[in-house]
Amino acid sequence: KRSVRLASGVARIEKVLIANRGEIACRVMRTARRMGVRSVAVYSDADKDSMHVAMADEAFHIGPAASQQSYLSMEKVLDVAKKSGSHAVHPGYGFLSENTEFAEACKEAGIIFIGPPSSAIRDMGIKSTSKHIMSAAGVPIIGGYHGEDQSDDRLQAEAAQIGFPVMIKAVRGGGGKGMRIARTEKDFLEQLESARREARKSFNDDVMLVEKFVEDPRHVEVQVFGDMHGNAVYLFERDCSVQRRHQKIIEEAPGPGISAEVRRRLGEAAVRAAKAVDYVGAGTVEFIMDAQHNFYFMEMNTRLQVEHPVSEMITGTDLVEWQLRVAAGERLPLLQEDIVLSGHSFEARIYAEDPNNDFLPGAGPLLHLSTPAADETIRIETGVREGDEVSAHYDPMIAKLVVWGEDRAAALKKLRYGLRQYNIVGLNTNINFLLSLSSHPEFEAGNVTTSFIPQHHTQLFPPHTPPSAVCVCQSALALLLKERTDTHRYTQSSNDPFSPFGSSSGFRLNLELSRSLSLQLGDKKVDVQVTYNKDNSYTMQIGGEMYHVTGEVETEGGASFLRCSVNGVKSRPKVVILNNTVHLFSMEGSAEVLVPVPKHLAAVSGSGPQGGAVAPMTGTIEKVFVKAGDKVEAGDPLMVMIAMKMEHTIRAPKSGVIKRVFFSEGSQASRHAALVELEEEEEEEAAAAQ
Amino acid sequence: LRPWLRCRPVSGVRSYHADQVARLGSQPDTQSSDYQENYERMKVLVDELRTRTEKIKLGGGEKARKLHTSRGKLLPRERIDRLLDPGSPFLEFSQFAAYELYGKEEVPAGGIITGIGRVSGVECVIVANDATVKGGTYYPVTVKKHLRAQEIAQQNHLPCIYLVDSGGANLPRQADVFPDRDHFGRIFFNQANLSSQGIAQIAVVMGSCTAGGAYVPAMADESIIVKKQGTIFLGGPPLVKAATGETVSAEDLGGADLHCRKSGVTDHYALDDNHALHLARKSVRNLNYMKNVQVTTEATEAPLFPSDELYGIVGANLKRNFDVREVIARVVDGSKFDEFKAFYGDTLVTGFARVFGYPVGIIGNNGVLFSESAKKGTHFIELCCQRNIPLIFLQNITGFMVGREYEAGGIAKDGAKMVTAVACASVPKITVIIGGSYGAGNYGMCGRAYSPRFLYMWPNSRISVMGGEQAATVLATITKDQRAREGKEFTAEQEAAMKEPIVRRFEEEGSPYYSSARLWDDGIIDPADTRLVLGLSLSAALNAPRSKTQFGVFRM
Repeated sequence: KRSVRLASGVARIEKVLIANRGEIACRVMRTARRMGVRSVAVYSDADKDSMHVAMADEAFHIGPAASQQSYLSMEKVLDVAKKSGSHAVHPGYGFLSENTEFAEACKEAGIIFIGPPSSAIRDMGIKSTSKHIMSAAGVPIIGGYHGEDQSDDRLQAEAAQIGFPVMIKAVRGGGGKGMRIARTEKDFLEQLESARREARKSFNDDVMLVEKFVEDPRHVEVQVFGDMHGNAVYLFERDCSVQRRHQKIIEEAPGPGISAEVRRRLGEAAVRAAKAVDYVGAGTVEFIMDAQHNFYFMEMNTRLQVEHPVSEMITGTDLVEWQLRVAAGERLPLLQEDIVLSGHSFEARIYAEDPNNDFLPGAGPLLHLSTPAADETIRIETGVREGDEVSAHYDPMIAKLVVWGEDRAAALKKLRYGLRQYNIVGLNTNINFLLSLSSHPEFEAGNVTTSFIPQHHTQLFPPHTPPSAVCVCQSALALLLKERTDTHRYTQSSNDPFSPFGSSSGFRLNLELSRSLSLQLGDKKVDVQVTYNKDNSYTMQIGGEMYHVTGEVETEGGASFLRCSVNGVKSRPKVVILNNTVHLFSMEGSAEVLVPVPKHLAAVSGSGPQGGAVAPMTGTIEKVFVKAGDKVEAGDPLMVMIAMKMEHTIRAPKSGVIKRVFFSEGSQASRHAALVELEEEEEEEAAAAQ
Repeated sequence: LRPWLRCRPVSGVRSYHADQVARLGSQPDTQSSDYQENYERMKVLVDELRTRTEKIKLGGGEKARKLHTSRGKLLPRERIDRLLDPGSPFLEFSQFAAYELYGKEEVPAGGIITGIGRVSGVECVIVANDATVKGGTYYPVTVKKHLRAQEIAQQNHLPCIYLVDSGGANLPRQADVFPDRDHFGRIFFNQANLSSQGIAQIAVVMGSCTAGGAYVPAMADESIIVKKQGTIFLGGPPLVKAATGETVSAEDLGGADLHCRKSGVTDHYALDDNHALHLARKSVRNLNYMKNVQVTTEATEAPLFPSDELYGIVGANLKRNFDVREVIARVVDGSKFDEFKAFYGDTLVTGFARVFGYPVGIIGNNGVLFSESAKKGTHFIELCCQRNIPLIFLQNITGFMVGREYEAGGIAKDGAKMVTAVACASVPKITVIIGGSYGAGNYGMCGRAYSPRFLYMWPNSRISVMGGEQAATVLATITKDQRAREGKEFTAEQEAAMKEPIVRRFEEEGSPYYSSARLWDDGIIDPADTRLVLGLSLSAALNAPRSKTQFGVFRM
């Protein structure tokens, strides 16, 4: 097969279709642009204004938001590839990236599929097959049962032979779906049934395998690359141990504490694995590693991984460029001995999710988004901009923050520094969690395992501390300065721009203006007594304490900074005021201070959340249990919502009578939308009506 | 950066290099004993002013305030603060109304707070009853202060917002409150006429509006009422009970529900004080009011000298002379002053300047008025009226020159010219009494009788027909002459004994607090605030449309 290609020489790739969206689409386009390759984007309804569409040289609409009918539709993607005259298709990760049929279809259409041969995808896609091949190639594998007999008895017997604890995994599974751990013989059947159920739902296939479960293992993977000329190299390992919901959250390269000897053995095993399947292009060989640094083959991912940048950072390579060159038939740009490991790199995945609510995925608008400045050692891989929406239809990853440092400690410091400057308002993110994770002493020490988060749960989720008094002063100052700016803007636009009445000096004849600002910190209300001083400074009284506060707002790179002084201590937090909330971001952390909406304004805005239940995130209403007139007790289920592929039961926040139901089954509800209206006990109104 | 470099060019204003002007004023010798003594003395007066104002700010006693706030009501000053655009200035008037006026009865600020501030970007006159002071009832001075606020609104064409919370006329003093022309009824007469002149009248009922008070919201263009707080009725429950025997609660008789749903006396229903003020702000926005400033404005520029140097320059001793130019230098934009007729009639300083970008003609005293000074002043006032330039009078005047030579020179007719010019000038006039205000000098320099739009006093100033010492001497001389005619002796001791109470009385009655208590002025101000107070006053005054001055006959 290959000789055919070689006979026609190096193929021409001048136009590439990126069959993906989000950050990876943007990532591929950046390299394509640098190489002079034109890029073609595809997009769904939900993505018509997305960044990847704006970045591409051409973009084609391929259907509705649901990925089944757009990004997963082979016909539509291929159709665009043909229509646009693309020479190649880059599948990114996810979607069609590991789809054998798609790879075949591309080939048939005469379009280069940027990835391995379809046979390699197929072989590696089925776990039991992949293990057989690896075992034959001398790659260490873990004991387990990958047989065809799927009877409960057989599986249980195999499990007993491997020895508990065991892992029950869907053969076609991935991403933690269809995977369960049975710790003892007793709970085996229950876990098996649960795994099957999930697998059926997710992959329509409930074939299971049983494996030895390694306690507190590390997840170590090796980046490999092959070309059509029989070359294969490794670009060292990545440690992706720290996971939540069985999904990676923070990755690094090289793996901490791994000796050069182990590194070489890992790399060579991975290359053997690649060669065993005549691998071409970028691939990842995943291993689990025990405490003694023994490693066992897990699976091979036949695509560019989310976390590929950390390998690029420590080897000074551009793997997308390699992919394009290799796909065109070129030889690997570097041979093994030319690939030098230098420094250390981290990647933190910034997700729209709520770490305090079991990492529940979220969606919504990025009302404010500011990032650290990118340079050679800080990369921001993202597919969204301020004002964009994190769609409920796709993966809720907002960005990857990738840093490089001379050594692990330096890189980690830079990661934390970068995370502190990564500020988002509009939806919940895991940024603060990533900060506490990357600041944890055990993480600093490199003692990472897949059980890291559950093991250090208490320290990783410190009790919420209310913002300090200084933060309150800063928030109050930010609000006062905003008033000042608003007034100034009005005054300047009037036909009397110099009137002293247009100032915000708070002048009072022979007196000082002192006003009370009510702020909400979490569930606590704080009154700040603000006195306007003649020199434009403020004296703020919180409780019995007095603070002398001055400052001004500076704008830099689209973000606003509050250059301020509180009792002589100067600071410069980033400040965002949106929807009655002041958000402060500084190197000491972030704080949110709410300005309570006065009762009369809340009344105007109508059926606010106070009288009902609200959607926790954007999603589809699956079931509605109540109708108008129903009496409910607090905690009664009202609706079931499907969002981010998960079910959420919405319960009554208090007892009462349902007045109205705003959504029917199958309809879409956006985040914080009121779902039902509960009859309020309007004693006040009743009294007024007497 | 020098201040003049900071000022941004405004369209239509040329700023050629050659047009730069020399700055007025000089660096005072702050180490001199005179300066330091002056500074100390004035500082004491200003501190006293602030301390006294702080006390007045509290309004009624602690008990009354507690009772007020316990009902969920805001204190009147809080109401004003929340009505105004946040953090914007409030030019309050007559804080010392009724100060030591009613013997043992303290009526802080006269039980009513008035002033000008911006509401939704519109400069408005605000009149707020203080229910913590005698239930917000109207003393004679309360009425006077309310009427003065309406007069300010009328003269400067400013919408009025009444924050009503008053028990009506103070019954024990009804004779001094009810019947006369400038008594209680005049409030409603003014409301009707202001409204007829297109000056919006907005009432916010935040407490009781009993009897006559009921007409404030009823006469307003638009009115708002707070539920369970505001009540409006011609006769309260006790009077109804007495008159008809009917027992009815205040709320049922005249509460928000009744007036918003049934009677239609009020237009907007507010849940609480904050809501009511929010609604009032919306009402102002719906006035569709646009300020039309009919003078040129320029970018504002701070004076070159700190304002508190005025303390050291002026001091508290009226006998000590100072150059009024040093005061001007600390009041006007960039200390820039284009003096007019600098070498003629030099006891009166006249010239053009800007205050917060507004053009002004300044007339200041540098000694007793001679014929030349009076003629110069007349000429200058004519110029300002011709050009629609507001006039500022910095009053520190012992009077016109006396003596045979001056009477023969026609000082009376020359003084009359100036008085005529001042009386007839219809450009905005603002007077600040920065020192003495005596005799006909008060007239020529636009005293209260000459209807300046605003009149303020410095705490060191004195106002009387003549100085206490002179008055005592005049009276003593007359007595001495009388005694001499009767062949009686008038010893030095007797003379001193006779003069002493006269001097004391003049001293007491000449005090700015005595004046302010009776509303002979619009307030006592810190000299250091003069520039800002003038700026605010000018801004307010320029809401009124330009009107052409028609002078009377100048006796030649």
